[in-house]
Amino acid sequence: MKLPLAYSYRNLLTRRLTTLFTTLGMALVVFVFAAILMLAEGLKKTLVETGSYDNVVVIRKASNSEVQSGIERQQASIVETQPEIASGLNGRPFLAKELVVLINLPKRGSNRPSLVVIRGIDENSMALRPQVQLIEGRMPRAGSSEIIAGTSIAKRFRGGGVGEQLRFSMRDWTVVGIFDAGNTGYNSEIWGDADLLMQAFRRPVYSSIIFKLRESSAFEAVKTRIESDPRLTCEVRRETKYYADQSEMMAKFLRILGMSLTVIFSIGAIIGAMITMYASVANRTAEIGTLRSLGFHRRSILAAFVIEALFLGLIGGCIGLFFAAFLQFFTVSTVNFQTFSELAFRFTLTAGIALQSLAFALGMGLVGGLLPAIRAARMNIVEALRTS
Amino acid sequence: MLVLRFLLRNVFRHKLRTFLTITGIMIAILSFGLLRTVISAWYAGVEASSSSRLVTRNSISIIFYLPLSYKEKIRQVDGVKQISYGNWFGGIYIDEKNFIPNFIVEPKTYLDLYPEFVLTPEERAAFLRERKACIAGRKVAAKYGWKVGDTITLRGTIFPGNWELVLRGIYSGKFKTTDESQLLFRWDYVNESLRKNYPLRADNVGFYVIGVTHPDLASSVAVAIDQNFRNSIAETITETEKAFQMGFVSMSDAIIMAIQLVSFVVIVIILVVVANTMAMTVRERMAEYAIFKTLGFQRWRIAALIFGESLMLTLLGCAAGIALTYPVSKAFGAAMGTFFPVFNVARETIYMDIASGLVVGILAALIPAWRTVNISIAEALRKTG
Repeated sequence: MKLPLAYSYRNLLTRRLTTLFTTLGMALVVFVFAAILMLAEGLKKTLVETGSYDNVVVIRKASNSEVQSGIERQQASIVETQPEIASGLNGRPFLAKELVVLINLPKRGSNRPSLVVIRGIDENSMALRPQVQLIEGRMPRAGSSEIIAGTSIAKRFRGGGVGEQLRFSMRDWTVVGIFDAGNTGYNSEIWGDADLLMQAFRRPVYSSIIFKLRESSAFEAVKTRIESDPRLTCEVRRETKYYADQSEMMAKFLRILGMSLTVIFSIGAIIGAMITMYASVANRTAEIGTLRSLGFHRRSILAAFVIEALFLGLIGGCIGLFFAAFLQFFTVSTVNFQTFSELAFRFTLTAGIALQSLAFALGMGLVGGLLPAIRAARMNIVEALRTS
Repeated sequence: MLVLRFLLRNVFRHKLRTFLTITGIMIAILSFGLLRTVISAWYAGVEASSSSRLVTRNSISIIFYLPLSYKEKIRQVDGVKQISYGNWFGGIYIDEKNFIPNFIVEPKTYLDLYPEFVLTPEERAAFLRERKACIAGRKVAAKYGWKVGDTITLRGTIFPGNWELVLRGIYSGKFKTTDESQLLFRWDYVNESLRKNYPLRADNVGFYVIGVTHPDLASSVAVAIDQNFRNSIAETITETEKAFQMGFVSMSDAIIMAIQLVSFVVIVIILVVVANTMAMTVRERMAEYAIFKTLGFQRWRIAALIFGESLMLTLLGCAAGIALTYPVSKAFGAAMGTFFPVFNVARETIYMDIASGLVVGILAALIPAWRTVNISIAEALRKTG
């Protein structure tokens, strides 16, 4: 014979204060758990969407990132002639030779400087990244000191809005447009004419070459050819892999921090649940004795208490998740240790994370409730009835 | 004395529950202490830097260089006592996972400016003499098992190629806050090779470190240096070493904020757990308190009993947590090694531990005490769990 579900949840209702405290503790843990997963997901999403699988990035060998890389014009021309490159405008290779540097810009409000990526682009750069869209103003004219800024730059950096001016390398640069790049890392960049920026920064080399493959499967062939060409000292990676490598350290840091925090916190919450459930069992010793003498099985008693603990976890999980959902309105901007540049990403809630968090909450309830429930189930009828 | 014994008896009346609660508090205090230490480790570079040293770099950003010719011009500025220069080398030792901060510097002036890097006179002389020599901090040398005389090969990310170095000295820090995980080698070694292979990139300097005659002069010297190079090809920013380091730290302030926030969340979680324990304890003993009231005990005495019990509970857990903080942070610091070159538990952290223990103890007892004090005797006697 089973005990009705109502028995379990009404028990929680009778001890409101205790139930509230316990679920609150669990809610906080679930909140942290979900927040960390959402952060990691946001970072991953930003990176995955930043690169596209059929695009290839060429940088100088062993330079790790575009900022450290340098490719001379002559070498760039050699890369340009590879047959695997798709053809774009007017039958010319669908390829962009870009310059990437970091500059200090003051933030709006706090006025504190932060490092921002400036990308010198050429005519194909925009087309190579279909996720980037001009949402305000126009494209910069080649050869003039005009730039366009990502939405995140326009919002958070002084002089980043349309019509405003930024000053760097002894020149004033007018922002003539804002581009939106969805969830990608380009939102934290400033784009301008590559040749002009090379002049301004006195860096006569390109940083990277991006091109689209004619055929996705041709990657291995072009990689082998470029990397073994004695005239070139270049490294070839798919764009998706390039961006994943860029923030490997960041992702690892988040993962380690997140996991260790969750483990520690969940111990706290499990202890909370355990205390509550032990008390709940101890208070009802006589009641349990009565139930047993009425003919309820040990199994049913065990089930009733486990279900009670699971309810605790479920309520805590729902509350925690509810508040975590609001985190989606926040954008985290931090420096990527590997590239020293700004990286902005959003907390992202997915169905998977929601399920994981709820499962985690139920797990905490289960672990916290199991031992007390076993104690309740193993009670001796006569002794239990004797206590008042 | 009697009251203390009474409190102790009360605390341990429910052994299992007390044990669980104290364990919870211990874990919370331990993790709070660790998180605080992580934050202070982040600021270790700022702590260790001196305010009488200035750092001059290119105003565009750290990835741009300054010409070597600026050295003499800076030296002429009033108040400059000593000048050295170097570059962030960014070399990789075997694998990218082995993160070692490595710089190329002008050896003699750099060691003069950084007296906290302690070398024996022989080691120092060898570093100054030999072109390929390098010196490493005690910690990093221990981590990779380097001994004086070993050959170390770095793969350059900014400066292409494989760079062979010979370890000629292992420095130890003069202070507890000194970073003992750096690898330093000679600027002229790299520059010589650049001259040959990449002549355009030669004779460039990433940063100048400047010692001033008196710390009070620092800001005026900084202004004078920047004034010197205004409207030149490479404009400069000069700031104290502290401000320079702070600039790096503040770039990742979102993460520091998050850790800070989380360290308080853990306290709130434990507050909830303790409050729960107290609420339960008091509810079970309502009849006892009613009897106390009947006997004529004043309200504040009963409240004091509840607060005392709660404080005793949290402080026991707090003490256990603090005792564990030291060995655990030592192990953690060793495991994280090069990420956090300096990982010491600050005294302030311990004070904060104790303070949060007290706050949790008092807050947790608040609602139960208020309930007990205000309940009428008849109603309290009627309550049974």
